Amino acid sequence: MNSFKKNLLKKRYNAERRFQWYGKIAIGLALSFLAVFMFQIFSKGYSAFQKTWIVTEVHYDKELLLIDAESPSKDDLENADYYDVAYKAMTSLDPGLPEEEDRQLIQMVSYKYEAEVKDLLLKNPDYLGKIVPIKLTASDDVDQVHKGNYPRDIPEENRRVNDYQLQIYDMLNERGDILLEFNISFFTSPDSREAELAGIASSFMGTVFSILVCLAFSFPVAVLAAIYLEEFAPKNKFTDFIEVNINNLAAVPSIVFGLLGLGVLLAVFNLPRSTPLVGGITLSLMTLPTIIIAARASLKAVPPSIREAALAMGASNMQTTMHHTVPLSMPGTLSGTIIGLAQALGETAPLILIGMVAFVNTIPGTPVDPAASLPVQIYIWSESAERGFVEKVSACIMVLLAFLILMNLAAQIVRHKFEKKWS
Amino acid sequence: MSKIKAENVNVYYGSKQALFDVSIDIAEKEVTALIGPSGCGKSTFLRCLNRMNDVIEICRVEGSIKMDNLELNSRKLDVVRLRENVGMVFQKPNPFPKTIYENVAYGPTIHGIAQSKEEMDQIVETSLKKAALWNEVKDRLDEIATGLSGGQQQRLCIARAISVSPEVILMDEPCSALDPIATAQIEELIDDLKKEVTIVIVTHSMSQAARVSQKTGFFHLGKLIEFGPTDKIFKNPDNQQTQDYITGRFG
Repeated sequence: MNSFKKNLLKKRYNAERRFQWYGKIAIGLALSFLAVFMFQIFSKGYSAFQKTWIVTEVHYDKELLLIDAESPSKDDLENADYYDVAYKAMTSLDPGLPEEEDRQLIQMVSYKYEAEVKDLLLKNPDYLGKIVPIKLTASDDVDQVHKGNYPRDIPEENRRVNDYQLQIYDMLNERGDILLEFNISFFTSPDSREAELAGIASSFMGTVFSILVCLAFSFPVAVLAAIYLEEFAPKNKFTDFIEVNINNLAAVPSIVFGLLGLGVLLAVFNLPRSTPLVGGITLSLMTLPTIIIAARASLKAVPPSIREAALAMGASNMQTTMHHTVPLSMPGTLSGTIIGLAQALGETAPLILIGMVAFVNTIPGTPVDPAASLPVQIYIWSESAERGFVEKVSACIMVLLAFLILMNLAAQIVRHKFEKKWS
Repeated sequence: MSKIKAENVNVYYGSKQALFDVSIDIAEKEVTALIGPSGCGKSTFLRCLNRMNDVIEICRVEGSIKMDNLELNSRKLDVVRLRENVGMVFQKPNPFPKTIYENVAYGPTIHGIAQSKEEMDQIVETSLKKAALWNEVKDRLDEIATGLSGGQQQRLCIARAISVSPEVILMDEPCSALDPIATAQIEELIDDLKKEVTIVIVTHSMSQAARVSQKTGFFHLGKLIEFGPTDKIFKNPDNQQTQDYITGRFG
């Protein structure tokens, strides 16, 4: 081998090695971005899955409750006055505090503490007249102090927790009367202006309903359109025109669909504002082209020999399509659908336009109840000033990601099942 | 006796003409082989016989093709009925990605041939037996057909084609994707089938044409150059081009 040939060979090998390195670097970069992103979210968000409680004692004093009856009924307990009992439960933490300073103690728990005091007695009527320990939801500021997210060394006037409250917190913490438990209410409560009470139940259900509505509208329409265009429609200028338009539709910014939803669904058809029904239909406009394109591609990918085999057996076009082509294309169509839905899942802009950004503090039971959605909830919380919402934003992102992963998993399982059946 | 009679068949793909004035008489319960170099139009002609050219949008067929006095090249013809009577086996085995049973039962199902499950079982069994596949698959009828070997798949396709008891079976190079042993099995099968069915086979292998057919037609550049008894075509052709092709001087 002469030196020229040797050089050429070496160059070729080097080029390949270089190329492989470029690839590795690209993958490494992508993975490290992902790792940083995940670390950011998890390190900020994991604490939102825990909730801080303040333990104190409550005396269910009949006199303060203004209960006269000897053996009070459920209604009596329901209608009793809990203001003083709850108030005393908190102020008893520091009996020496002058009355005009009480608010400092009350501010350490959520504004719903009175309701919590009431709920405990309603659940345990025999507590009446007794002194019992009670867990009260700590305010978001105490919560953040306890989780270590709140700097204690800045000047008092810049802090939302003052020196006195910190002193009480330290005392309670030493006694073991500050509890950190799994935050069930994050999953069961609707949104709230108070960070310690806010949950994702409303937006989660809103997202579930929106996706279901979106699926119900877009999947049948898209699949029928794809089958017709691919298997039956004549190939002419008009169908070419439709194809170009569908491809263009897939690239239209989502906010435009939001405007369409606002202008047509809300203004013309008068559908209820802020509801998953309208959100789902708006999102389905977005997912339609995605599903159509995926379904057509997977119909195209079915080998022509299968069609020929069916036609040669005397199957009609319709039978060939329904018995052979469509079932074989289903795995591809389904994964296209999931990709479309996953896009819809993370969509924020169109939902804001049709009013799903409204503050909703009820949990929707049907697609026509007002609701938020997870990405919009993230947007709303990230606008809030309180420190307590910072971790909620990350936690909400984690829930959204988990939702996405679950959907992909479901898609994989469905795909796998279909593929097993057909090949 | 003549089963299919084609007269002056011209086929165009768009503006390109693929067949020129082909006239041929295909005899009943015989094997007719169509030979010729690639692109000579023999497959195109074969696909005229069960109207599979309909699938190709730019394809246009002129002339008359009559099967038992029924005009095949007519708009009014019901292609579903035609294809029930004219089965086809393709170059590459193309079983449906379903079970072996479902593959054979598909034709009888869509044409409503079997009245009951027992009848269907019977049809599947006879078809597979006729295709010399029964013994190999009788214990695994519910397995996916694409798991069979190439030769088995092709015999399954033949079983599928004969399941609706067609009068004619068209074979488009049925052995070109198979090894010699599988090829021998298929050829044996063709020999058996011709007792009941008229077979038209397109093949690239001249020895195969010589082995299985009674009549042979030689196509070249879209024209039927010579057609006659296989013996004569191979031993003493009238046409110089046929002579050259058969002796391997071109093609």
